[in-house]
Amino acid sequence: MKSLIAFILAASVLAAPAARAALDVLACEPEWMALTQELAGDLAEVSAATTALQDPHRIQARPSLLAKARRADLLVCTGAELESGWLPLLHREAGNGNIQPGRPGYFEAARFVRLIDRPAALDRAMGDIHAAGNPHLHLDPRNIARVADGLTKRLGELDPANAARYAERNADFQSRWSAAIARWEQQATGLRGVPVVAHHKNLGYLADWLGLQVVGELEPKPGMEPTASHLAELLETLRATPARMVLRAAYESPKASEWLASRANIPAVELPYTVGGSAGAGDLFGLFDDTLNRLKPAAP
Amino acid sequence: MKKTIVAVAIAAVLPWSAASRADTDIDALRAEFDQKFKVLQADYAARLKALENRLETAEIKADHAQQEAAANTGPAPAAANAFNPELSLILQGAYLDRAGGERPITGFIPAGGHADEGRGFTLNETELVLASNIDPYSRGLLILAVADEEVEVEEAWFQTLRLGQGFTVKGGRFLSGIGYQNEKHPHFWDFADNNLMYSALFGGGLKQDGLQLRWLAPTELFLELGAEVAKGQFFPGSDGGADKNGAAAWAAFAHVGGDVGVSHAWRAGASYLRASPREREAFLDDRNDFEALTNFSGASKTWLADFVWKWSPNGNPRQRNFIFAAEYFDREEDGDLLCEDGTAAGGACTGLLDRYASAQSGGYAQAVYQFMPRWRIGTRYDRLNSGSVDLGANQAFFDVTDFDPSRWSLMTDYSPSEFSRFRLQFARDKSFQDDPDNQIILQYILSIGPHAAHKF
Repeated sequence: MKSLIAFILAASVLAAPAARAALDVLACEPEWMALTQELAGDLAEVSAATTALQDPHRIQARPSLLAKARRADLLVCTGAELESGWLPLLHREAGNGNIQPGRPGYFEAARFVRLIDRPAALDRAMGDIHAAGNPHLHLDPRNIARVADGLTKRLGELDPANAARYAERNADFQSRWSAAIARWEQQATGLRGVPVVAHHKNLGYLADWLGLQVVGELEPKPGMEPTASHLAELLETLRATPARMVLRAAYESPKASEWLASRANIPAVELPYTVGGSAGAGDLFGLFDDTLNRLKPAAP
Repeated sequence: MKKTIVAVAIAAVLPWSAASRADTDIDALRAEFDQKFKVLQADYAARLKALENRLETAEIKADHAQQEAAANTGPAPAAANAFNPELSLILQGAYLDRAGGERPITGFIPAGGHADEGRGFTLNETELVLASNIDPYSRGLLILAVADEEVEVEEAWFQTLRLGQGFTVKGGRFLSGIGYQNEKHPHFWDFADNNLMYSALFGGGLKQDGLQLRWLAPTELFLELGAEVAKGQFFPGSDGGADKNGAAAWAAFAHVGGDVGVSHAWRAGASYLRASPREREAFLDDRNDFEALTNFSGASKTWLADFVWKWSPNGNPRQRNFIFAAEYFDREEDGDLLCEDGTAAGGACTGLLDRYASAQSGGYAQAVYQFMPRWRIGTRYDRLNSGSVDLGANQAFFDVTDFDPSRWSLMTDYSPSEFSRFRLQFARDKSFQDDPDNQIILQYILSIGPHAAHKF
């Protein structure tokens, strides 16, 4: 018995360095943290630079983020200019050569996805538009599956010793994910063609996937705060073409959507938007389960 | 296909079983069959979905390849254009209502810079920013400040990107990393004018022509150490001191910072600057109210302490946020001062060269609150301590003052978008002895070009 205890102790001491997470991953957004956790499990130590309650456009390169970026082996970000207000500083000021754009330590999800809303012309008079297209790509679960394949490959490149395990975990994730997609699509059949109003252009992929019809946005131009005159106009439009719900992300202020919803007599619904945005959105599966639950009442 | 075969087979077997077993058995079997069939169906649906997805992924890849190919076959000038640096332009202007004439900060050797911006309608410096990665290893940036008949190089530097191990080297002309406010360009200030501390210390921000090394520690706590060696021609240095091999100014700084919960972030720092001016010219009002030309040679040592605290609900600054910043300095200068002979023009000085030693301090504290989207209010208090100034034998030509310059400022600004800001500021300025002034500034700051990623 004693020798067994001694053996376990010795083994645990010896195993301790090996048990230390192989990769230090900093995800720019919670959805990529959740995805990395699905794919890497305890092979990586993952943290997120932002939470679901923070607008990913408007984050500051806080000292704590620089400290995290300094230690990261891999940055997993959306790209497509979503993080252009703060990520460049993490690249430049963290003194970490591995996470520079173009190196294996920097992963951009947008590279694996077909972006929608690619502007035909670039003019700031149109608001805070992204030249590469709409970057809020994770709300179409099929995009998550694509990004997962790309991320698995990248994890394997950075940590070749465990490449097979990443691939294994991805295969497992993909099969659970496609089953879940089938289930969600089944649940959401009633939502096809349902008209809704969104706060920002960040629900475009969700709408495309489910066939929701976004008839208006609370922001007069992307990234600009809702104004009274724009909301009044929108209310007028809704009189002619009514919508079923006013949707907003968890990080967006409820004021504008509640104002419009109460006057248009339709519910204002807060969607988790990303992992952690609601009690139910504990992981990627929960994110879509909860999103669909909240959308369900909109189906006729 | 398989499904049908299985179904047919089971259907064929079923009658025999029915004959030999009770009805309940059949029901159970049926249920089992239905269940298995459903599982099979779901499995197939999922596989089909996965295949579809894979197909679409392949399409996307092809799509990207096609786009890239298209980009490559574009007209040559457009392709060369794609390598153009990020270009932005900052337009700044103001309407100022304040006392005219020169109003140097009493008790402090004037640091030059842009203290006197005139009054009425004024066009502040227009900034042109060009920046780009040079290659995978470094990044370059140029900031030109354009004003009437002058173009000033505010910054022109390269910065390494891939040294690794937390090291970054910057070389060229850059804003020194000392203090907190120093690295901020005017368009990013929270008030329309600079605080008295930086006006007294550097006449704005301290620029360095030289090299900067920074190291970020691999720790949970943000810990950054930096050192700079520079030519040292800018105040508190001087052209005379900079005219040598080696460095006439050096600086060191340390910053620590982190988060407290998800809503609070902070940074604190300590910095030291040493400059060796020689024959640094400055005009000082002498006992006869004559602007006497002085020359200082010696050592200038400055300590700075800075602290910043930022709050926003859940760390989301978009709706509401609060920033508190405070800095303090202590400067000692030691050397010789020549007060040129001004007697012919009515001055008091007789051309004496004698000891000069000063120990002065000061600081500011400011708070800015965004109480709703687009709108912020802020207040700032400046106070300098003229401390002790020992002019040696030249003391006879100057009035002794124990006046402590101070100023209160209040501002509110409105930002229709991330790229534009309009500000109204009131100040009660008591930095010039015996002539307090009430100042009103109405200012605009507009930026054209890509998103600026601003430091904390």
